[in-house]
Amino acid sequence: MLDGLVKWARGKSPWVCHLNCGSCNGCDIEIVAALMPRFDLERFGVLLEGSPRHADVFLATGPMTRQIRDRVVRVYEQAADPKFVVAVGTCGVSGSPFYPGYNVLGGVDAAIPVDMYVPGCPARPDAISYGVLRLLATLDPKAEALVKEIEERYDTEGLVYTPEEMAQQRDPVEGARG
Amino acid sequence: MAKLSFPVGPQHPALKEPENLRFTVDGELVVDADIRIGYVHRSIERSCSERNYVQDMYLCERVCGICSNAHTLCYAMTCEKLADIEVPERAQYIRMLMHEFERIHSHLLWLGVAGHEVGFETLFMYVWRDREIIQDILEMVSGNRGHYAMTTLGGVRYDITPEMADRIREGLKVLRQRAERYADIATTEATFLKRASGVGVASGEVCRSLGAAGPTARGSGVPFDIRTAFPYLKYHTVEWQVRTSELCDVLGRTLVRVLEVIDACDICLQALDIMPEGDIQARFPRKVPEGEAIARVEAQRGELIYYIRSDGSDVPARVKIRTPTLANLPVSLEMLRGGQIADIPIAFASIDPCFSCTDRMVVLDDAHTGEARQMTWPELVKLGRQR
Ligand code: SF4
Repeated sequence: MLDGLVKWARGKSPWVCHLNCGSCNGCDIEIVAALMPRFDLERFGVLLEGSPRHADVFLATGPMTRQIRDRVVRVYEQAADPKFVVAVGTCGVSGSPFYPGYNVLGGVDAAIPVDMYVPGCPARPDAISYGVLRLLATLDPKAEALVKEIEERYDTEGLVYTPEEMAQQRDPVEGARG
Repeated sequence: MAKLSFPVGPQHPALKEPENLRFTVDGELVVDADIRIGYVHRSIERSCSERNYVQDMYLCERVCGICSNAHTLCYAMTCEKLADIEVPERAQYIRMLMHEFERIHSHLLWLGVAGHEVGFETLFMYVWRDREIIQDILEMVSGNRGHYAMTTLGGVRYDITPEMADRIREGLKVLRQRAERYADIATTEATFLKRASGVGVASGEVCRSLGAAGPTARGSGVPFDIRTAFPYLKYHTVEWQVRTSELCDVLGRTLVRVLEVIDACDICLQALDIMPEGDIQARFPRKVPEGEAIARVEAQRGELIYYIRSDGSDVPARVKIRTPTLANLPVSLEMLRGGQIADIPIAFASIDPCFSCTDRMVVLDDAHTGEARQMTWPELVKLGRQR
């Protein structure tokens, strides 16, 4: 019963928490911009939450530096299940352009599991919202219908990638991560 | 009462970046503050010596997502000094336009965040709504909302067409009015005044002795601006003035920034009228002659310096970046000391800190003498990734 309630609440009003894994700020301000009057994700019930303990969805940006990794893992563990991670920005997806650097582990998924990838440098607010919506579609049938409708009306090709799609995109050399 | 010491961060809701602050408090009073940074160190400087001059341009752009244009501009200016290339007039004007657009967007962003920190959410929302005007302009000119990649070695990549110029004028006129309104709010709105005036005080003397830069220094009456002190681009052809405030507190810094937004609009409007026709890009050689050069620009947070040493190949031997936040951090700690706990977020945010710009690495053999050591790339990779 409680599980059902939690799932229902998550689908209706996901609370997002911003997780900076060493990003350049570019994607972070776009995340904030997505919540501001123009795009206004708050009207869909998305709320930016400071505490990881209250968060359902992590918006993680940055190439995962060596310094921040352990902290990120700890923060991720503090969140209650079920939790989702959206990797926002090209450097959150693959670590590029910083990746071969000595202090960069290469993408958010180098430390924590990722459920949706939103590339772009910086990722556009619309792409970020679409990524979050695609995640919600796995929880809420209504959101699923919405995603279908959006896909019919707009060209969403390449805006976001699920982990399976991402695995196909990555070439074996880069996927191995030195 | 006993003194209490507590850490904040690296994950915390106040700022969007990870850093660790340690406060010692006595009741509600902050007695001491210290900072630990380095979470966003991404080995950019070292990676620059692994890639060629053109690739470095895009790497340096990604030092910071808010002042990315200032970084590319400064980088390009340094390289052009090294290669002794003259940038076409029109390109210089377009660079100046981009530089000021970015200042507008960054200052508005900061103003919104400042509103948020003092609990003035309405201001936050309004400012971010207006900020979209300048974001649209930036997107129209360069094709992207951030990391514009406008500057290139020897010039700029896109021209500004007359139709674009008209739309820019329209947008800037609206923005200018809005900025005037915000200046009005900052000086008259009681809620904002109560939270900003007399908070985070740093006198002009303190700013000078600790080497503060940009609006942080100008908000304490230090009239230092690279745009006039070491002129570059075309700032001498337009009319504007260095804004300072004698208030020395958060309010002073806010006023300086809002007035700079108004000035930036004026600079852009003038520049659009007097911009000459012509080329926008000069040819840049693949290999850069041996030598070293420094360039400095007034980024929106203060003075930004690039140093590049070239060994005559197509890869720079050393790129060194000095960003304004590093200059402003010592002053910011000074501002926190002696303040209230409730004022910490706004006092700290008032220097507009940016840690992605700031984090550097140095290997110390002995932390007490500060003796540094050199490391090779494989050693660094081992230290960084394999532990
Ligand atoms: S993807 Fe680009 S804009 Fe986003 S954090 Fe990384 S470097 Fe910055």
